[in-house]
Amino acid sequence: MRNSNTTRLAGIGRIIVCVIGGLLSLAHMASAQTPADSDTDQVRRGEYLARAGNCMGCHTTRGGEPYAGGRKLNTPFGQFVTPNITPDKETGIGGWSDEDFWQALHYGKSKDGRNLYPAFPYTEYTKITRPDADAIFAYLRSLPPVAQTNPPHKISPPYDNQTLLYLWRKWYFNEGVYQPDKSKSDEWNRGNYLVQGLGHCNACHTPRNVWGASQDDKLTGGKIMGSYWYAPSLISPREAGVSEWPVEDIVELLSTGINGHAVTSGSMATIVRQSLQYLSDDDIRSIAVYLQSLGEKKDNAKAPRKARKMPEQVRQYLALGQEVYEKHCQDCHGQSGEGVPKIYPPLAGNRSVTMSSPLNTIRSVLYGGYPPATAGNPRPYGMPPYQHFIRDTEIAQVVSYIRNAWGNLGSLVSPEDVDNSRGSEF
Amino acid sequence: MSMKFFAFILLAMIPGLTSAAGPASSGLSDTLEERVKPCIICHRDADRIDRDAYFPRIAGKPAGYLFNQLRNFRDGRRYYQPMAILLENMSDDYMREIAEYFAAQPYAYLEPVAPALTPDEIKSVETLMYSGDPERDLPACGACHGKTLMGVQPAIPGLLGLPHAYLAAQFGGWRNGGIMRGQIPDCMSEIAKKLTQEEVNALVQWLPGLPVSGQSAAADALTPELAQRCRTILSGKEVTR
Repeated sequence: MRNSNTTRLAGIGRIIVCVIGGLLSLAHMASAQTPADSDTDQVRRGEYLARAGNCMGCHTTRGGEPYAGGRKLNTPFGQFVTPNITPDKETGIGGWSDEDFWQALHYGKSKDGRNLYPAFPYTEYTKITRPDADAIFAYLRSLPPVAQTNPPHKISPPYDNQTLLYLWRKWYFNEGVYQPDKSKSDEWNRGNYLVQGLGHCNACHTPRNVWGASQDDKLTGGKIMGSYWYAPSLISPREAGVSEWPVEDIVELLSTGINGHAVTSGSMATIVRQSLQYLSDDDIRSIAVYLQSLGEKKDNAKAPRKARKMPEQVRQYLALGQEVYEKHCQDCHGQSGEGVPKIYPPLAGNRSVTMSSPLNTIRSVLYGGYPPATAGNPRPYGMPPYQHFIRDTEIAQVVSYIRNAWGNLGSLVSPEDVDNSRGSEF
Repeated sequence: MSMKFFAFILLAMIPGLTSAAGPASSGLSDTLEERVKPCIICHRDADRIDRDAYFPRIAGKPAGYLFNQLRNFRDGRRYYQPMAILLENMSDDYMREIAEYFAAQPYAYLEPVAPALTPDEIKSVETLMYSGDPERDLPACGACHGKTLMGVQPAIPGLLGLPHAYLAAQFGGWRNGGIMRGQIPDCMSEIAKKLTQEEVNALVQWLPGLPVSGQSAAADALTPELAQRCRTILSGKEVTR
């Protein structure tokens, strides 16, 4: 009977929601268990936590009804379609109890007991506390119900097999609410909870193995599944590790999308717009403190890496790139790649430019883009899309040039690399 | 003499030095003009327009029309990948400001190109343009797009100064349902589907033959019947994000 329902149920409630924030501090956690929040307070807190978990980011299509689902996530295992999590009885989670919701968030199980696919990041959400989960559920229940039936997943065999999913969970899913590290500050613990739990930063900022499992919770960076961007390591001083940044710089980048030396682009710009810009000063600061503590220090024995003597052929290739740079890029990014603070990012010493994956830099040249419009940076300056104006060969030359000019050191980029970097979900 | 000369050189260098010291003061203007550079690479300054390019004129189009299109691109209702990526993280407020900026820009355009059409074809296009075809329930183009075909405030675009390739692509999109997804009924889609391929071919050759002149008409230029027919475009429903 359950088997015969497999296909029909496949589209229902497999994935669910997001989450949270709550552990306002350890003290708050204790108090949350005693007096129940008044309904409105709980809903308001749930709304905030849903922002912090960016539930809407996946559970809403472009221009669609908020939280009504239908967004398609393309992965090597097939296409997942996010479910409707508005309280509609027929097509949403109107028939769910808070216990059902907790099952999904904490154990990765749907209302009917089926295992959920980890496209829904319960591997991270399991760290969320029960009071926070309840608040998010209360908020979702308070939304206007939207009757919207979404298409079923299209999961490629053999991944549509529940036994495989069962085994996957045995190997890769560690259930359990976040346990504070008593040797660390409340602020650090709060940041850890937000980054590793509700914020599910790991969903992107970590390499995934062939089974789609996050390799660890170390935020070491990886190509984003279902996206076309590379999520840099949040540990490595050569990528986006921030151990050497003042906390204020980290706060500014995450809350406004830009600071004096860095700018968010691609998927991260969207996260800032949809989620991070709404977080409280305390929470953003906690995240910054935690991220700062994660970063590895620069290894001075290894660095600075010495530039080897350049073969004449390479020198010529880069000279061609310099010509492209002078014609198209220099006006904004400056003769020495110095940029303009908080307007045009510097390219000299910019780790997004020099990190081993050139993907994001190539994509920025191809497609351009604006940093997110946020309260802190409401009218951003932008980068033009060059896909119609510069050939792949020239893009390869100019990206190779900026990866190796002004003291930068990075591998050369070929026209094939440029072509392989194309693609968008639009 | 030479001392004075050196002193002059030194003095002349000072403003240069100070402006080079801080990139923020390197002459970068805190203007919308600087901010819309990414738009200008395709929607060229008037003096750099390429006759064979695909990209439409946006300068001088009604602000409401431009704003609606920006929102449609961002929210996936009008499909064009480069615009969708560029606008992904824009706010409504900022896009409205950008739309008003371009609406107020003076337009200059290339000399019109005489269309390679037979007198009969021209006559049939002109009939469609100025009288429509009541039998097929086709209104005159000018009834919605303004007598001078320069659009109607605030949300109906002008038809002049647009490249042939762009016009052809838009008609193709409307006929195949590929342009305005989810905004139904879309009056222009209905109209485009009623035209024959020959009529479309003639229209998109004929339009670039007209010189760009005049202003978009005032909002009351639209008859109540047409305003009703195109209400989804005119209402510009706000989208929650």
